[in-house]
Amino acid sequence: MPFKPIILWTDALVFVLVAVVVASGWYIRRQEHLLAPWRKVVRSRYGMCALVILSVFVAIGLLDSFHYRPRLDARPGEGKTSYAVEVRSAFDALVEPLGRRFEKTYSAPFAAYSYAKETVERPDGTQAREFPRLKFGGAHLQDPAQELVPDVVRRTLGAVGLAAVLWIVLTMLVAAWLAWARHADFSATLSAIIHGETEVPWRAVLLTAGLVLAVAVPLALLSAQYHVLGTDKVGQDVFYEALKSVRTGLVIGTLTTLVMLPLALLLGVMAGYFGGWVDDVIQYVYTTLNAIPGVLLIAAAMLITQAWIDLHPNIFETVSQRADLRLLFLCLILGITSWTGLCRLLRGEALKLRELEYVEAARAFGVSNWRILTRHLAPNVMHIVLITVVMEFSGLVLAEAVLSYVGVGVDPSMISFGTMINSARLELAREPMVWWSLAAAFVFMFLLVLSANLFSDSVRDAFDPRIRSAMSARLRRLWARPV
Amino acid sequence: MIVAAYLLRRLLYAIPILIGVNLITFALFFFVNSPDDMARMQLGQKRVTPEAIQRWKQERGYDKPMLFNAGAKCERPLLGWSALPKLCQEKLTDTIFFEKSASMFWFDFGVAEIDGRDIAREIKLRMGPSLAVTIPVFLIGLLTFITFALILAFFRATYVDFVGVVLCVTAMSISFLFYIIGGQWLISKLWHLVPISGFGYGFDAWRFVVLPVAIAVLGGVGASTRLYRTLFLEEIGKDYVRTARAKGLTDTRVLFRHVLHNGLIPVLTNVVVAIPMLFIGSLVLESFFGIPGLGSYTIEAIRSQDFSVVRAMVFLGAVLYIVGLMLTDISYTLADPRVRLQ
Repeated sequence: MPFKPIILWTDALVFVLVAVVVASGWYIRRQEHLLAPWRKVVRSRYGMCALVILSVFVAIGLLDSFHYRPRLDARPGEGKTSYAVEVRSAFDALVEPLGRRFEKTYSAPFAAYSYAKETVERPDGTQAREFPRLKFGGAHLQDPAQELVPDVVRRTLGAVGLAAVLWIVLTMLVAAWLAWARHADFSATLSAIIHGETEVPWRAVLLTAGLVLAVAVPLALLSAQYHVLGTDKVGQDVFYEALKSVRTGLVIGTLTTLVMLPLALLLGVMAGYFGGWVDDVIQYVYTTLNAIPGVLLIAAAMLITQAWIDLHPNIFETVSQRADLRLLFLCLILGITSWTGLCRLLRGEALKLRELEYVEAARAFGVSNWRILTRHLAPNVMHIVLITVVMEFSGLVLAEAVLSYVGVGVDPSMISFGTMINSARLELAREPMVWWSLAAAFVFMFLLVLSANLFSDSVRDAFDPRIRSAMSARLRRLWARPV
Repeated sequence: MIVAAYLLRRLLYAIPILIGVNLITFALFFFVNSPDDMARMQLGQKRVTPEAIQRWKQERGYDKPMLFNAGAKCERPLLGWSALPKLCQEKLTDTIFFEKSASMFWFDFGVAEIDGRDIAREIKLRMGPSLAVTIPVFLIGLLTFITFALILAFFRATYVDFVGVVLCVTAMSISFLFYIIGGQWLISKLWHLVPISGFGYGFDAWRFVVLPVAIAVLGGVGASTRLYRTLFLEEIGKDYVRTARAKGLTDTRVLFRHVLHNGLIPVLTNVVVAIPMLFIGSLVLESFFGIPGLGSYTIEAIRSQDFSVVRAMVFLGAVLYIVGLMLTDISYTLADPRVRLQ
């Protein structure tokens, strides 16, 4: 095989998550009562626009979760094949040269020359201090001073043109699909979309998609010739870093709640349903965990984890596997600190539900406790679980950046928004100033978090169970975090 | 009388929680990595002689057994029972658990592993600068958020409200680090209004504190304003508001007297939990602005892997959180006479 597939821990969990989402989607499709709130989500304009942007991020993150180690060229005389120590992902392969085009150091966006002066040797043998040409950025130009701007403009216009064509094709496809699904006339469907008369806000969705295409296509095409967002201190392309950060953010935002979800669900529902000493014990456990300030618990646990990883260097084959284990631990520990809120909510809901007649009827029929918990209570608290998972997401993405800054976040070798900001935080004080690393990290993070916030709002509105206690829990958390 | 009895019960309830916290931190810090591992970490990974490890442990008192010291010299019998000569206090007290973990109950935090300074003294010294930032953030923040939320609630279902909510969602989607880095760059580097970082004692402190306070308030304005607005709107939908309006009271009067009073109850009772936490300070703000408070103390300890300081701060944080919970319970009864302490 030309490569050896590697399934990192977080990859496996991401695949499990995708499987769960697909399976529950399949199940919900056939259940009208479960489908109703989702119809409401689909009809909300902001929610759907946010979903378009989110799905772009998710696509990048998923591609970035298929890892492999390329085979090294076998040396003559050596029988067994060996694989590179560097773990790459399908996303790296897709954007191929982007991740490998290292300059010497900083260079500005769309620059053809380095950002720092260097002593270079002239052809006539004399030495001079000047800005050297970049190895990759604008390397195809003969005379950057003259050609750079026209070249960038020409390529951008071409890319926008391509984006427009793609967008029109997309719109036609959507219209054709809708017309086919409803057995309606194609032109009537198209005009309904254009006038915003469809039930699902297709016009808004397509406009957002157009906007995304208009930005993404030029960036993608131009990044083949230029460093569109510049390079950082070690010469790494910032655009590539920002794209790679997306997976880390998504993993932390989703897996954190996922890993603790079964426990929170089970304990919360049990505490509410059984009451008595079970309730006391579970309440004691989560009050104790809650009592430790989140950041400090995370810091302590991550310090310990890192010490353990450092002391056992032999169990990891590659740097990525080590960094991945640390990411998994970070998710686990963040999960432990955020799990208590959900548990409390579920306990309150189960307290209410166990008094209802259908639970009483089940008990009267002699249904076992375990079956009541799983068949009757758990499905009826799922909306709370869903809302919590969606609402936690954006907070976790933001928290990652802060934690990495503090030094207890992801491994320094793993590209994430936090490590990007952390390594670039002194660049604004530098003369001349370097702003593009910070700007790229903040803008990408902002887009991800904003779309997650908008989407979670529409999900919450649709499922609106009016959880008062959720509100006060959020109030408390807003103030109780020591950041 | 009732309050005193209630407080006593809450205090008794706090003890098992603190014991739990203590056990968790002990397990986290001493069982995942043994003191030998920690010595190896601190002294450098490679070529550490067993003697060096032994010396490191001895200097810091880590050479004792974890929980039970069977070989300790007996002088004082356990609980005054001389009937059990085999069990004595020293067997339990001359251990790592007792000296490093349980001792935190009487606020004996020991000395820092790295520089050997007394942790309790450092905490006392650094509390002031932390409070100089957190108290203004708390007060100004609360005032700002409530004011903004009231304004939005007053202009509900108009463009002012819509734009306000859009701004809130935008503001809460921006990383806190952006506010700090951007604020420092704009205010301090470009406009030279206040120093970039540092701290001065006495009245001079205001120059160093004003920017972090402003940034912290700005960073929290989105999420909090939006939440308080929802609370106020919920209050506005209630029957007594309609009655008041029907009686002919003006919209302004209803909002500022009735709605504000009732809407503040959930807000205030829920922020009470944060008051003791103000002592801990803010990790990120203090480290960015070079304020010598407890937050930057913790960050320095994390970066230099000084486990004893982190352990002390975790325990202190837990104590303050429990104090906050008790204050919350009391404030509920003060704010709403229908809630009785049982």
